[in-house]
Amino acid sequence: MNFLFKSGHRGCAGCCDAMVAKFTLMAAGENCIVVSPTGCLEVMTTPYPESAWGVPWIHSLFENAASVASGIEAALKAMGKDDTKVVAIGGDGGTIDIGMRAISGAFERGHDITYVCIDNEAYMNTGVQRSGATPYDASTTTSPAGAISFGNKRPKKDMPAIMAAHGAPYIATTSLGYPKDMIKKIKKAIDVEGPTYIHAHAPCTTGWGFDSSKTVEVAKLAVQTGLWPLYEMENGEITSVKKIGKQKKPVEDYLKMQRRFKHLFTKEGGDEELKKIQAIADENIVKFGLE
Amino acid sequence: MAVIRDLNKDKMDVVEGSYAVAHSVKVCKPNVISAYPITPQTHIVEDLSQFIADGEIPNCEYINVESEFSALSALVGSSAVGARCYSATTSQGLELMHEVLFNVSGMRLPIVMTIANRAVSAPINIWNDQQDSISQRDTGWIQLYAEDLQEASDMHAQAYKIAEDKDVMLPVMACMDGFILSHVYEPLVLLEQDLVDEYLPPYEPEYKLDPKNPMTFGSFADPECYTEFRYLQQKAMDNALGKVEEAANDFYKTFGRYYGGLIDEYETEDAEIILMAMGSVIGTIKETIDKLRAKGVKVGLLKVRAFRPFPVEAIRNAIKNAKVVVAIDKNISLGLNEGALFTETKASLYNTSIDVPVIGRMIGHGGRDIPLSTIEKIIDDAVNVMKSGISVESQYADLKEELL
Ligand SMILES: Cc1ncc(C[n+]2csc(CCOP(=O)(O)OP(=O)(O)O)c2C)c(N)n1
Ligand SMILES: [Mg+2]
Repeated sequence: MNFLFKSGHRGCAGCCDAMVAKFTLMAAGENCIVVSPTGCLEVMTTPYPESAWGVPWIHSLFENAASVASGIEAALKAMGKDDTKVVAIGGDGGTIDIGMRAISGAFERGHDITYVCIDNEAYMNTGVQRSGATPYDASTTTSPAGAISFGNKRPKKDMPAIMAAHGAPYIATTSLGYPKDMIKKIKKAIDVEGPTYIHAHAPCTTGWGFDSSKTVEVAKLAVQTGLWPLYEMENGEITSVKKIGKQKKPVEDYLKMQRRFKHLFTKEGGDEELKKIQAIADENIVKFGLE
Repeated sequence: MAVIRDLNKDKMDVVEGSYAVAHSVKVCKPNVISAYPITPQTHIVEDLSQFIADGEIPNCEYINVESEFSALSALVGSSAVGARCYSATTSQGLELMHEVLFNVSGMRLPIVMTIANRAVSAPINIWNDQQDSISQRDTGWIQLYAEDLQEASDMHAQAYKIAEDKDVMLPVMACMDGFILSHVYEPLVLLEQDLVDEYLPPYEPEYKLDPKNPMTFGSFADPECYTEFRYLQQKAMDNALGKVEEAANDFYKTFGRYYGGLIDEYETEDAEIILMAMGSVIGTIKETIDKLRAKGVKVGLLKVRAFRPFPVEAIRNAIKNAKVVVAIDKNISLGLNEGALFTETKASLYNTSIDVPVIGRMIGHGGRDIPLSTIEKIIDDAVNVMKSGISVESQYADLKEELL
């Protein structure tokens, strides 16, 4: 198959960013323009003079992808070419931290764009530093576990809820564990008029510390434990949820596969921390009716 | 020598400077306008918003962004798609754009942006000086400075012509002094739509984001190739030297109005003393020169229209026969105690056979009024340099000692 996202880029084996990008272009098709903020995806796909992008693509800065996308959409409209779809795709840092102002403005203004956040739960490009999407107790290079620390002290920022508060007509969470579901949701997001948001959970082999053959498996476990609920929101209402039912697994199954949580299994007091993480999963299960 | 207008031919309106600029932007037919309000730029974007609301700018989208950072970022996308783009800002807004400024020029996007020059905070001050744009001089933008409303207004057509030239492809800041030019009403000729259509061809970029011919913009350049991108930007700046002149000459041919190209000169032919300056202070200087010429002082003016690219050759030629040169700056490089025009003029003369003493005088910061007496005092300093050499190379000429 001839994919619009080309092979030969510089991503790690098992790279989650590359997979999300590939699925996004499968959903978007040829008639689109893609924007990416600074981050792993941008760096690994466009070492001059090479490019992995089979569609027009632009990178400007770390914090402005949503603004650039707004400008593209407005220009296409002004010039009567609005059948072309505009898609922004970038990391959790570029989206929910430093890019927050830009995405908030773009969604409030109601541009017809789709924003895909590749949530690998840290700033991977600069060496696995903590972001607002880093989960509770994950050890990163700026929230390391240590003698008196279990790692990141805060839970993940609930970005889909924030985007819903902007009145976005379509929002969905997705996971690399379920590529068909991801492609279907991205396609839907692109088809829905107005600003739409896809939050893609994307395990990073390098940053999370698992074997590069296990990206999909790890992603599935996040969903099956309840730590990453899959749902769609239309006009502020949850309209579909992926039930986990009998598949429900204890959070340990997910956490023990990853180096970033290793301290929870080796350090004194780890048991207590595991209980807190299980409580986060259990809350999700109730909140989203995952059972 | 400037030819402002042909009174017999031109129909004049009395309008505010901001309105004149907004009108100019309108007749240049932009596709996307994206801006965030900040005093004293606001009237420009309000007037443009009204034009849009009244359907007077066809095929144009106005993006009401949430910040200056996004104003310019949005235009990165718009311009890359092939749209003619416009923004306007000043001071804090321009400083907030800093990172995007490099990005725009690096991607060779010919965006035109008005700067209604204003002081920067702290202390916060909304009045005019030129610290804001001067502080962005190394961002790869062409910078033009207007003397009066007519020039500020006309400069926008010239700016698009220069920016979009295939040999340039660089963004342009059209700088006009905040309040002094933005908020003043004067009789002027509003930029003529029919003549603009003749003067300014539609924007047809060689490269753009287009699904029919996918291209990658803003890629990652490693040490193997980064230098060459920068080199080519400098080359484009070199090309712009000629294009700024050409745009001014073509404008004269089409519209009959001329303000100088890279520079303009006033009473310099036999001048012993040459004052150099940028922006609205030019008017005050000309008036002072007229007054002193009547008393026999041989003083002239070198108006610098283009600060980037810096017109080294033109400046050398203009001042080489003077006995003393004074560069007047509405900005300061803190830690050097010099304004940028002074520093760069001195640098332009070094390693040449031109041996003219140059002094720098900083005035009008934070909107401090510049009466003729301030200019006269500066000319006195210049006379003293001729008599007894340089005593103080660079200083404020309007400092209030009593406040210190
Ligand atoms: C203004 C600014 N601050 C910091 C950086 C450094 N930086 C580049 S990419 C990056 C992290 C990217 O993280 P994320 O958006 O999560 O993408 P990832 O690489 O994890 O896919 C950082 C901190 C930058 N380029 N620009
Ligand atoms: Mg990340």
